[in-house]
Amino acid sequence: MLNRKTSPKITDAVEFHLALPPYQKYILKNGVELYTIDLGTQDTLMLSWVFFAGNWYEEKNLVATTANYLLKNGTSGKNAFAINEHFEYYGAYLNRNCQNETAEITLHCLNKYVNELLPVVAEIITDSIFPAEELSIYKKNMQQRLQVNLKKNDFVAGRLIEAYLFGKSHPYGRYSSLEDYTFLQQEEVKDFYKKYYQNGRCIIFAAGKLPATLVKEMEYHFGSLPLYSSKNAADNIQHTITPAVEKKYKLTNDPNGVQGAIRIGRNFPNRHHPDFQKVQVLNNVFGGFFGSRLMTNIREGKGYTYGIYSYLLNQIQESALLISTEAGNEVCEATITEVYKEMHSLRKQPITDEELQTTRNFMIGTILGDLDGPFHVAGRWKSILLNNLDENYFYNGINTIKTITAKELHALANKYLHPEDFYELVVI
Amino acid sequence: MIHFEKFLLKNGLRVLVHRDASTPMAVLNVLYDVGARDENPEKTGFAHLFEHLMFGGSINISDFETPLQLAGGENNAFTTNDLTNYYIQLPAENLETAFWLESDRMLSLAFSEKSLGVQRKVVCEEFKEHYINKPYGDVWFKMRELAYTVHPYRWMTIGKELSHIEHVQLDDVKSFFYKHYRPVNAVLVVAGNVQPESVYQLAEKWFGSIPSGEKYVRQLPVEPNQTVARKLEVKADVPLDALYKCYHMGARLDKDYYTVDLLTEVLGGGDSSRLHETLVKEKKLFSHIESYHTGSTDAGLVVIEGKLIKGVHMDEADKAIEEELTKIKTEQITDKELVKVKNKTESAILFEDMSVMNRATNLAMYELLGDADMMNTELEKYQAVTTENILTKSQQVLDYNNSNTLYYYSNN
Repeated sequence: MLNRKTSPKITDAVEFHLALPPYQKYILKNGVELYTIDLGTQDTLMLSWVFFAGNWYEEKNLVATTANYLLKNGTSGKNAFAINEHFEYYGAYLNRNCQNETAEITLHCLNKYVNELLPVVAEIITDSIFPAEELSIYKKNMQQRLQVNLKKNDFVAGRLIEAYLFGKSHPYGRYSSLEDYTFLQQEEVKDFYKKYYQNGRCIIFAAGKLPATLVKEMEYHFGSLPLYSSKNAADNIQHTITPAVEKKYKLTNDPNGVQGAIRIGRNFPNRHHPDFQKVQVLNNVFGGFFGSRLMTNIREGKGYTYGIYSYLLNQIQESALLISTEAGNEVCEATITEVYKEMHSLRKQPITDEELQTTRNFMIGTILGDLDGPFHVAGRWKSILLNNLDENYFYNGINTIKTITAKELHALANKYLHPEDFYELVVI
Repeated sequence: MIHFEKFLLKNGLRVLVHRDASTPMAVLNVLYDVGARDENPEKTGFAHLFEHLMFGGSINISDFETPLQLAGGENNAFTTNDLTNYYIQLPAENLETAFWLESDRMLSLAFSEKSLGVQRKVVCEEFKEHYINKPYGDVWFKMRELAYTVHPYRWMTIGKELSHIEHVQLDDVKSFFYKHYRPVNAVLVVAGNVQPESVYQLAEKWFGSIPSGEKYVRQLPVEPNQTVARKLEVKADVPLDALYKCYHMGARLDKDYYTVDLLTEVLGGGDSSRLHETLVKEKKLFSHIESYHTGSTDAGLVVIEGKLIKGVHMDEADKAIEEELTKIKTEQITDKELVKVKNKTESAILFEDMSVMNRATNLAMYELLGDADMMNTELEKYQAVTTENILTKSQQVLDYNNSNTLYYYSNN
C-alpha cells in the first residue's frame, strides 16, 4: 500500500555540492576587461557592456537615464529606426538599463548573427548623437509615462521609501518629476555620454555557447576604443546618505483607491558586512519566499493581501531591508501590526530546527536552480565583481546557509528587527 | 529539436518526459484542461480561484509548501481563459517529492472551509491590485464584452466582478474538482535531469491508482462572425486618452495562425514596427503604440493599443491607425520586413526554449492542443508564410466591419 501521508526520502541541501562555474578573463588592448562564461547547449549568447555611468555620476537629475535610454536613437550614420531595424532584423534584443552605479547595454542574439551586430554596438558606443528631435519625443513620452505611474500607489510608495532611507539628494533616494524632463538639455546628455560612455570605464561580460572567434571579434571592435576598466581617481565620487528624521508617513494619492501600498524599511549595510549573508537567511524566514512567516500569516492565514515580501536591496554602497505589500484600505493598519508581530516573534524565540532545515534546503535548491545556464552564471559573476567581491563570497554564502544556527538567527533578529528602526509608509 | 517520450497511463493520464542532463534540476508540470472559458457565466473567476485552493492542502497532505521547500523545491501556477497549469522545480534527486505532492492533490483536495475563506479574500485583493487600483485596469473587462457576444472569452480569468468570487461555496469547489481535475483531463510533463523509465515508474506508482474521471467534452458557444463595426467610449480617472482596437482572428490551430502572428509583428511588434515608426516617431500622435494577438485556443483577437499624446484628438489618432491598416491591406509588405519578423520569431523560440521549465510547460500546452511534437514544427510553419499570405490575411482580419474600438478618455 502506497504511503501518501509522508514525504518520500529526500536528499538534504547540505549534501548538494554547488559550484559556480568560473569565468575566463581577457584584457583587451585598451585594458578593458572581458569576462566570458562559455557554457550551455543552445547557440545563443548574451553580451553585456557595463559602464560606470549610473545616476551616481550625473550632476543633474535624469541625465544618466536619458543618455542610456537614447543610445539607440541615432548615430551620425544611422537614425533610430535604422538601428532598431538592424537588431530586430537579426532577431536580436538590444536592451539598455540604467541603475544607480552602472548603466548597461545588453545584447541577446543567435550566435550565427553576432558578427553582424557587434559593429553596430561599437557604433552606438562611439558615435551616438542624441538628435534634438529624439530627445524632444523622449521627454514628452516619458512625462506621459510618469503621469500614468504617479497614479499608481505602489510606484509612489516605492520612490518615497527610498528617499526616506537614503535622502532625496542621494542617487539611491533621488526621483524624477515632470519638470526634470522639461529642464533636460541636449548638451548635458551629450557631455555625459562623452565622459562616461565614449571615454568611459567599462567591463564586458559574454555568456553562452560562445563562438571560437568571439574574443578576437571583441578585440577588433572594442579593443581600440578609448575605454578603460580600472578605477581612476576621477571615478571616486562620493555621496552621503542622509536618512529622513521622521519615521512614519501616510499619504493619500488616489482618493478612490481601494488598496494601500505599504512599505516598511530600514537601512542595512552592504555585502561586505559580516552580517549580510546571515541576514539573507533571516530574511528568508521572515518574508523572503512563499513559505515565509509574513506570507504564511498575512496572506495565507488572514487573506489581507495578494502578496507580501521582504528583501535586501541590491545596492553597492549600502543596502536596506524592505517589506513591501499592497493591502485593502481597511486592513492596512492590521497588516502593519502583523508585520511587527512577526518581527517580535523572531526576536522572542529561536526558530525550530525544522523551520531552519526547510529554509536551508529551499535556499540551496533555489541557488541550484539559479545557476542553471550561462546567463544566470554570468549574472552571479557580474554581481560579485561589481560589488568588489570574489568567488569566496559565493562559497561563504553557501556555507552560511548550510551552517548558520537558530541561535545566530535569533541574535540577528534582536539586532535588526526592531520596529523603531524602520521607516513606515502607507500610500492610499 | 525538443526530444520527448510519451506514455499513457490506464486512467488516461498523458505522461511526457523530456530529458536534459545539462541541468541538476527537474521540473514536474501538470496541466489541467480547464480555464475561465469553462465557467458558468454567473460564477466567473472560478477556475482561477480554484488554482489558489490547490495550495490549501490535499486529502493526505495538509501543507503543500513546507515539504516542497524541505526538498529544495519551488512552485507556482497560472490560469488562463483556456487552461490551468501547475509546476514544480526542484533538485532532480528529490523528484519523487514532487510526484507525491502533485498526485495527492489530483487524488483529492482537503476541501477546507478555512482555505476557501482565506483565498476568497486573497483573490479579491489580487483583483483590486491588478484591475481596480490601477489606471486603465478595467480596459479588458470592457473590451472583452465588446468583442465577444456569446463566447466565454467575454470575461476575464480573474472574473467579471468581485461578487462572483465572494459568493463561491464549498460545493462549487467540490463539483468543479471532480469534473475537471481528473487524470483523463490532465497532461503530466517531467523534464530535466531525469530518466524516462524511472519517470514512468514513478508516474505509475503515484498517479496510476487515481480514478480516471470522465473526459470533459467542451461545448462552448461559437462566436458568430462580426459583420458590423462596434465602438465604445468611456471616461475614467486616468491621465491620458487611450485607444484600443480588436479584430477577430482564427483559433490557435487555424492554418493561418502563423500568418496573423507575423502580421501583428510587422504592424506593431517592437521599435522598428510600422505603428511605432509612423505614429510615435513621425506623426507624434501616440506616446506608445503596439499590436499583438491574444493567442488563445479558440478564436482570438488581434489587438492594437496606444496612448495618445496630450492634446491629440481621438478621431485624428484613430484615422492615423486606419491609414496604416489601409496601407498593409493594399500593399505587400517588403521582403525585408518578412525576413525580420521571421528571424525575430526564430530567436524568440530559441530563447524561450533555453529554460527547461518553459520546455516542460510548452510540451504540455502543445500536447493539450493535440500533439506535443508540434513544438518541433512551429518554426517551419512560420518560415512558410509569404508576403502574399500576409496581404490576404490582413484584408480579412483588419476589415473595418470586424473591428471593435474603445475610446478610453481621460476625464482630467
